[in-house]
Order: sequence, then structure tokens, then C-alpha cells
Amino acid sequence: MQVVACIKHVPDATADRRFTPERTVDRSVDGLLSELDEYAVEQALRLKDRAPAPDDVVVAVVSMGPARAVEAIRKALQMGADRGVHVIDDALAGSDALATSLVLAAAARWAAGGEVPDLVVCGMASTDAGMGVVPAMLAERLGLPQVTLASLVEVRDGEIRARRDGDHAREVIGATLPAVLSVTDQSGEARYPSFKAIVAAKKKPVDVVSLADLDVDATLVGAAASWSVVDDVAPRPPRSAGVVVRDVDGAGVDALVGFLTSNRFI
Amino acid sequence: MPEVLVLVDHLDGVVRRSTLELLTIARRLGEPSAVYASPDPLPDETVRLLGEHGARAVYVVQDETVEQFSVAPLAEALEQLVRSTTPTVVLIGSTPEGKEVAARLAVRTDSGLLTDAVGVDVVDGAAVTTHSAFGGGYEVRARVTRGTPVITVKPNTVEPVAEPAHPEVRPVTTTFSDAARSARVVARQPRERSARPELTEASVVVSGGRGTGGDFAPVEALADALGAAVGASKAAVDSGWAPHSFQVGQTGKTVSPQLYVAAGISGAIQHRAGMQTSRAIVAVNRDPDAPIFELADLGVVGDLHTVLPAVTEEIRRRER
Ligand SMILES: Cc1cc2nc3c(=O)[nH]c(=O)nc-3n(C[C@H](O)[C@H](O)[C@H](O)COP(=O)(O)OP(=O)(O)OC[C@H]3O[C@@H](n4cnc5c(N)ncnc54)[C@H](O)[C@@H]3O)c2cc1C
Repeated sequence: MQVVACIKHVPDATADRRFTPERTVDRSVDGLLSELDEYAVEQALRLKDRAPAPDDVVVAVVSMGPARAVEAIRKALQMGADRGVHVIDDALAGSDALATSLVLAAAARWAAGGEVPDLVVCGMASTDAGMGVVPAMLAERLGLPQVTLASLVEVRDGEIRARRDGDHAREVIGATLPAVLSVTDQSGEARYPSFKAIVAAKKKPVDVVSLADLDVDATLVGAAASWSVVDDVAPRPPRSAGVVVRDVDGAGVDALVGFLTSNRFI
Repeated sequence: MPEVLVLVDHLDGVVRRSTLELLTIARRLGEPSAVYASPDPLPDETVRLLGEHGARAVYVVQDETVEQFSVAPLAEALEQLVRSTTPTVVLIGSTPEGKEVAARLAVRTDSGLLTDAVGVDVVDGAAVTTHSAFGGGYEVRARVTRGTPVITVKPNTVEPVAEPAHPEVRPVTTTFSDAARSARVVARQPRERSARPELTEASVVVSGGRGTGGDFAPVEALADALGAAVGASKAAVDSGWAPHSFQVGQTGKTVSPQLYVAAGISGAIQHRAGMQTSRAIVAVNRDPDAPIFELADLGVVGDLHTVLPAVTEEIRRRER
């Protein structure tokens, strides 16, 4: 069984995140494997752990991104993934979600030896752009069932079932593999790599592939070919911190009631 | 005037407020046409409501497929309407499902996609959108350069404004691909309706965090006194003190109310991402150095277990 997890290397949200002069996310700052993609790797690994013959389940992680994206791949290998595929190509800079999904769809096939993998797993969204649309796009592009935003996953006998907590209802979605799965941060905490796993990961293979290797036309991706354009980015003026009142002898209560009254909330 | 397609977000015919916002935005861009998909017939009141907000036409996709299979059928129904009506823009609510429908539609029509708009302007007849980036730290303006722009808009982006029209109801038939019928909805349990307003639509939200210590009663009581929705931090949700549907933040809901009250919430970047654009922010926190105070219009350094009940009591006293 071939399982491919799509993972992203993102700027650290707790550090300084910014844009380049070209209005793309600055990726030269400290980065890490997107926390939301750790959940995807975790689910892929649980599938392997629980399989009757774990060795028959190959978990590959695929990442598209600049040279440093290999850090995310390394982390996933330390968690227990078997191999990595790093799509790196100068033509990719500035790609939007449509281009990204085009490349990831090709990379997922490449990672599974040219076939559609049995399962493609994604996180619910990236933590930088945060659109949450790539999994649906991958399902569309690969022509596979879309089982997304899952908070609980079960794979058995070639069937997948997942709980999806939708806006209007809690649903159970079922499909026959192959399928595209995305998992939420409710799906189960990701494991910490053990020391032994960290050492073992150093020997795991990471294939570096270009757009040409994937047979993706380079003129279809990157900033120039994007389906949308960012005209302007500006830091939002920080909210001016207001009044802070210590609640001594009910002063805080009075201030809050006063605030609600003067702003006509009561 | 060119058409603008608006996907109606509804639960059993009850239309979300966000749809009325989309119709209001659509009128700036062209003539709004609503798209209503459901296994059940379109209720007359729904036609009336959509018409009141300017829908000139309501396309009705009455087909069980849209409820029996996840996401893909809605995208295919919209795709076929995009091909037959050649709209200038497609507007969809920025719910998780709405964004996935938009994603598939964009691929199928080879069109640009912009999600989570918090503003939509018209520049030279085309839609220019505003988005929050990096947890609200930046504002980004973008536009689609290819195909039929597909734009998802966050709730509370505009105030719905009525502009009565008499919509023509047009039933449409959609043919669904096998791929669209591959992810089955095996079971469906509608979310319990609460007497409180919908979190993303409420004009006041009172949220509790880890600082509640698991006791949400003071948060709920203040929310009820203010006619507010109840929200929660991820820490509170992960502790099992509030359902996930209450979570505000990066992996929960984005809210943009007139007033957001954060009680016992530290103000982590991921939480801010979901409430930063609130009109007014009030924080109650025991720790004077809590980052939430950096964005609060009013900060109260104190114990939420004494402050919230006292405020609730005062509001109730004034009502008497
Ligand atoms: C990928 C990712 C996504 C995330 N998504 C979200 C998200 O969607 N939403 C979200 O909220 N978080 C999210 N988080 C988690 C976030 O980083 C914080 O951990 C979380 O917001 C903390 O919740 P909290 O403020 O309730 O708890 P804490 O940070 O523990 O803060 C509790 C606060 O309560 C105060 N307090 C304690 N007792 C009292 C009292 N009696 N009275 C008054 N104040 C008191 C304390 O001073 C403290 O400031 C995400 C994290 C990651 C990595």
C-alpha cells in the first residue's frame, strides 16, 4: 500500500513572519514542518502501525518548496515516514494554490512509482497561507474521492471512513480507496520522534525532483502563471492598546459595565 | 448587466445571514443570481428572502446527490451554471465546506480562487479583495487574473442591505460525474440548534479559555445577559470544556463581532487570528502581562470568576 502525505515547510508563527518585496511569503526566516501537517503524517503512520503487515505500507512524504523545505521532510522521516520526495524548481516561486495542487498531484503519483497512491493525506490547511483548499483540489485533479476535514479516521479492507465535523452537521464520510484524506487538529496528537528514530531518519532516502522529472509544464506554475495576483501587502496598523484596569475593590467591574454602557451594548 | 453567482448557504431552507451579505456584495459587481442546492424543493419564504436582498434569479438544483455525497456535487452543479450563465464572479461563503466547493470549482473552470476575503471592492469593474494574513498582522489585496473569479467571503464582511427584486426561479438539471459520487455521506447528524446566536454571525461574542478552569457558567451567563454567542480557546476545547464548534482561531472559527470578550484567554497568535478584526475587544485576565491586553480596548486585570458574575448581575439588575 502506498501512502503519500503532502507536507509544507512554513515560517514559524511564533517568530517574525513577513512578505518579500515581490509580495510572496518570506521563506528565508526560521521555518518548520507545519504543525497542521504533523497530523497528516501521524495519521499516515498510524495506518502503517495498524496494518496487518506494516512493512507492506510505504509512507512517503512529499513537499514542494525551496531548499530549506527539506527540514520539514527530515522531521517527517524522524516521526517515522519511510521516504521523502522534495520538489524543488526555481520556476515554482510564487505559485498559488491551483499551481501547488497541480504539482503535488504529479508528485504524489511520482512518489508512488507513477501510479495513483492508495491514499494521499494532507493537513487541514497550511499555517501560513491557511486557505485549506489544496486537499479538495488534489481530489479534483486526481479524480479521487474527497474525504476531508476528518477528525476521526478508519481504514479497513480498502475502505475509508471518516468523521467530518461540518458547519451544519457532523457527518460520516465513506469511500473506497484510493482517496484523498485531510485531517484536522482534532484527529490525534502527533508523535515525538525518539532519539533512535532521529538517528534512523538520517539513512532514509529523499529524492529531489524537478518539474521536468514530474513532467509538469513549467509555464503553468510560478508567479507569472498564477491564476491570481497580489497587488498590495501592508502590515495592519497595530490595534492601539486601550485602558487596562486592575480589579481592585470592584474597579474592573465598574470599568467593564461603564464600557458596555457607553458603547451601547447594554 | 453581467450576472454574479451567489451560492446559498442554508440548513434545510433556512438561509444563513452570510448569504445575504454575499448578495449585498454581488450587487456592486453585477446582477446577483442565487444558486440553491438541496434535495428538497425551494421554500417560498426562501425565494422571498433572497429577492429582498436583490437576487434577480434563483437557480434551483433540486437533487439528492448534493446531500448524499460530500462537496464535489456542489462544485459540479456550480461549474455547469458557470458555463451556461458566464457570470463575472462566483461568490461563496468562507466556511470550510464553501472553500472546498470553491477549490474544486476553480480547478474545473480553470479559474483563479481567492479565499477568506474580508473586503470586496470594485476597481475598473473587477473585484479586488482584501484578506488578513499571518494571524491578522498583515492586510493583502488581491485579484483574480484568469477565468471566472471564484471568491469566498468571510461572514460579517458587510452589513446585509435589502434591495427588493422579484427573482425568477429557474430549475436546473445537473449531470454528476462518477468522481462526484465517490465520497458518500454515510451518516449525518445535524448540529444541535442553540438558542444563542450563531458564533460567526453574532454581534457580541463572549469566549472562555483555560482560565475558566473548566467552569464555563460565568462565560455563558454573561453571554446570555448580552445576547451573545459563546466562544472558546483551543485550550478550553481540547480540555473538553466546550465543543469544537465553539473554537475561535486559526483552526476554529473566525469571528468579527461588534464586541469580543475574552475571559481567561492569553491571546496566542493562533487565537488572535480568529478574533483580531472584532470592532471592540474586552479582556479579563489575571495576568497583567497577558498578550491579549495588547489588543484590548478595555482590559480588566482580575479573576474572571468574580468579574464576570458581577458584571452579569449588574446587567440583570438594570433590566429589572
Ligand atoms: C497550528 C495551531 C493552531 C491553533 N489553533 C488555535 C485556535 O484555533 N484557537 C485557539 O484559541 N488556539 C489555537 N492554538 C493554540 C494556541 O497556541 C494557544 O495554545 C491557545 O490559544 C491557548 O488557550 P488559552 O488562552 O485559553 O490558554 P492559556 O494560554 O493557558 O491562557 C490562559 C489564560 O487564562 C488566564 N487565567 C487563568 N486563570 C484565570 C482566572 N481565574 N481569571 C482570569 N484569567 C485567568 C491566564 O493568566 C492565562 O493568560 C493553535 C495552536 C497551533 C500550534
